[in-house]
Amino acid sequence: MSEAVKLKLSKKDLESDQDVRWCPGCGDYAILATVQRTLAQIGIKRENTVFVSGIGCSSRFPYYMNTYGFHTIHGRAPAIASGLKVTRPDLDVWVITGDGDGLSIGGNHMIHALRRNMDFKIILFNNQIYGLTKGQYSPTSAMGTRAPSTPTGSIDHPLNPISLALGAGATFIARAADTDAKLMGVILQEAYKHKGAVFIEMLQNCPVFNDGVWEGVKDDPAGKQIALAEGKPLVFAGGTKGIKLGAGMVPQIVDVGDGPGQTPVSEIVVHTERGSALYASLLAQLVMPDYPIPMGVLYRNDKPTYGELAAQQVDDAIAKQGTGDLNKLMYSGMVWEVGADGTRH
Amino acid sequence: MDTKHLDRVVIRFVGDSGDGMQLTGTEFAKAAAEAGNDISTFPDFPAEIRAPAGSLFGVSGFQLHFSSSEIHTPGDAPDVLVAMNPAGLKTNLKDLVEGGTLIVNTGAFIEANLKKAGYASNPLEDGSLDKYKVHAVDINHLTMAALETSELSNKEKGRAKNFFSLGLVFWMYGREPESEIRRIYQQFAKKPEFGEANVKVFKAGYHFGETAEVFQTVYKVPAHVFKPGMYRNITGNEAIALGLVVGAELAGKKLFYSGYPITPASSILHSLAKYKNFGTLTFQAEDEIAAMGAALGAAYGGSIAVTASSGPGIALKGEAIGLGIMTELPVVILNIQRGGPSTGLPTKTEQSDLLQALYGRNGESPMPVLAAKSPGDTFYCAIEAVKIATRYMVPVMLLSDGYIANGSEPWPLPNLSALPRFEVVHRTNPDSYFVYERDERTLARAWVIPGTPGLEHRIGGIEKDALTGNISYAPDNHEKQTHVRADKIARIAQDIGELDLGGAESGDVLVIGWGGTYGALRQAQQQLAAQGKLVSHAHVRWLSPLEPGLAKIIKNFKRVIVAELNMGQLRMMIRATFLVDALGLNKIQGLPFKVREVVDAIEHAIEHQVDAKPTESTAVSTQPQALA
Repeated sequence: MSEAVKLKLSKKDLESDQDVRWCPGCGDYAILATVQRTLAQIGIKRENTVFVSGIGCSSRFPYYMNTYGFHTIHGRAPAIASGLKVTRPDLDVWVITGDGDGLSIGGNHMIHALRRNMDFKIILFNNQIYGLTKGQYSPTSAMGTRAPSTPTGSIDHPLNPISLALGAGATFIARAADTDAKLMGVILQEAYKHKGAVFIEMLQNCPVFNDGVWEGVKDDPAGKQIALAEGKPLVFAGGTKGIKLGAGMVPQIVDVGDGPGQTPVSEIVVHTERGSALYASLLAQLVMPDYPIPMGVLYRNDKPTYGELAAQQVDDAIAKQGTGDLNKLMYSGMVWEVGADGTRH
Repeated sequence: MDTKHLDRVVIRFVGDSGDGMQLTGTEFAKAAAEAGNDISTFPDFPAEIRAPAGSLFGVSGFQLHFSSSEIHTPGDAPDVLVAMNPAGLKTNLKDLVEGGTLIVNTGAFIEANLKKAGYASNPLEDGSLDKYKVHAVDINHLTMAALETSELSNKEKGRAKNFFSLGLVFWMYGREPESEIRRIYQQFAKKPEFGEANVKVFKAGYHFGETAEVFQTVYKVPAHVFKPGMYRNITGNEAIALGLVVGAELAGKKLFYSGYPITPASSILHSLAKYKNFGTLTFQAEDEIAAMGAALGAAYGGSIAVTASSGPGIALKGEAIGLGIMTELPVVILNIQRGGPSTGLPTKTEQSDLLQALYGRNGESPMPVLAAKSPGDTFYCAIEAVKIATRYMVPVMLLSDGYIANGSEPWPLPNLSALPRFEVVHRTNPDSYFVYERDERTLARAWVIPGTPGLEHRIGGIEKDALTGNISYAPDNHEKQTHVRADKIARIAQDIGELDLGGAESGDVLVIGWGGTYGALRQAQQQLAAQGKLVSHAHVRWLSPLEPGLAKIIKNFKRVIVAELNMGQLRMMIRATFLVDALGLNKIQGLPFKVREVVDAIEHAIEHQVDAKPTESTAVSTQPQALA
């Protein structure tokens, strides 16, 4: 009974009894703490919450949440979450994945879960490296990344997670960093409210194999990131710089102001979460080192979810054909009776 | 007009894959069933949807066996062959019984087609068909003539020619044309002009039989005396879909089915997608792995979760099946086997996925495996698979094959209210809950589903503590868990029915088979037993755990033959399990056994007391030790 009458959930209520096994200093600790704190603030029902993950450092996450949890196999968490959410629309389902799990081995499931607008929230921890297998380069690693598998530098172009999510049809796309608990909390709150496929790119530091890969973003928020705000211009560096669209829709970094050689703020692109996918694509293209990186909610759109449509089809079928009658079903098609004399009637 | 009575007839329709042979065969089978015959069908078609016209590899065939007595197979060899083109004749004539009836569409025997079929001269003219009763009919021309006044294009008119042959055989076997005419109108209700044309051509074929002098004999196959009751005609894939819906109902749960298109499993998804008003959810996944993953997710959430595929897809699902074994979740996996390896023979039948089903996963990952023996039996197997999966908390694999998936038979409809229920209960009591605490009888862990307050817990693919389910790499714990996962499968034997044995519990030869070869094996056993030979046939339903009934009788026979459509996979199991020097009767042609082949092999084993002899078309392995 104590559970039911408890008024407020605390962060502690969402901590499981398991020892956390991440490396000291791992960005995952901060993400875990913020998720626990935010979900407690939201006041979720622990029993109705499920964390599903694949394989990798980030995918150990469910073990540490005092909710239901399913640590599955490499790359397949979105597929497993799909089966769960479609059959159990009453549950809140979160998928925890990483850049290797979600974008390499599980890339196919990622795009199809987003395309179907599955009503669950995917948090992709992007540290640009394979941690659990000891430091190989990942699909988001910068070109030239030297790793055990690429001693002379990686030669494949990195994948842009936000572009992929947009192209696949995610209806809520956001980005936060492990060091920015405040923004992460806001995004998690918004994501929780969203009905449909949520994709959050969580910039996460791996202190062992790829330390400091997001350093610029964290240490110099004024100059290296754009804090997205609804209806506000894309400005950074204390409002002194901004993004303007040049010929061919090429984003240009300009000095903002009314002085000579400066661009008036009225010419700076204004952010809206519910803008076109084209605008969101433009945001996705703002990547380091050429541009500051947009942080916050990049895109939002309302579309029917797969689960809603699937349930609707069942309801429609029942309305049209009546609740299934097994006897009728068995006796459909070519049915005949054989009488006591053994011949057909 | 002369009427001749026959006990049974085997007829085969062959033509281009676009000629509508499957439809012709299916419709004629319905007419036979409607007339009260026992029937068995064997559709045999190429993987290409519309292979180039006239080519040898594009030939599509449909064999129907209809009889006034009980039959188990579609027949060894056709008594009647309806060949719509030279390629069909070329590839099928060798199967026609000597003196058999041959109906040939002469209109297709033009030079170009003869050349494509590799005929140097026209077989209709060079005397090579003299040993058959040949009916040369220009079906192409007669079809066009029947549609002279129709406004359809010539191409569209030409497509109706299969209905001419259907009409003709309706006449030959004294079938009632009225219900077929109704069916054609129904089938083409959305395109009435085609329905009209097909009926015209069907009637033309029927009347041609009536008026052309050559067809003055009508053959009557009297109705078979069936056990009283309700019947329907059913294919294996239709029955398996019904079994899943009924199984979920008996468990008191909703059915979730996920699949990825693959031959010959796809039609199960097609059937279930129509059963939405039963609350059934179907999910066409992005790939085989996702189909298995989604099924696991649904099982975790408390649904009766099912996925189906064929060998190549099962290979892809392997890792996720292992997760199901590790997390001990109930999922039913259907493998509708086809010829392999790799893409193999997509539309042909084979039993070569047995060892894949038993062992095709990493680690020690045993799972229950059962196999259906006939189209109608897939219904009961599906229910049994759901029952065992939920009772023992384990993924179960049900093996079917292309032959029983597409083949049909008259099926006595079960009395649904007489089927025992096996209501699933989810634990809700949060007191002293341990995730891997087990039921004493079944060793199953409790099926706790999300949404249950106070029972929040975590599961996953990493080895877990034998009680708490927490991650554990402890050496003794892993050994214990490995044993308990195996013991759980072994315990299923307590819920398996009696061994399906034809014949006595001892004798000279015991033939052991499994899956879709049942009909041919049982018929061969019955034939030989009728001659006084001491032959028995054990048909294995449960392959993992292996039927306990086998152990009791296998040493009572001088000789054991394991007959299967593979290189000897069950034989390897039998030899390893019982240390008996089992012989193999093996066929790997993408085709089912013929009764004759089985009879010959058994007779040879009795006569020579050494080994089963290869017949012309089957290979009996003479080196069993190589596989053991």
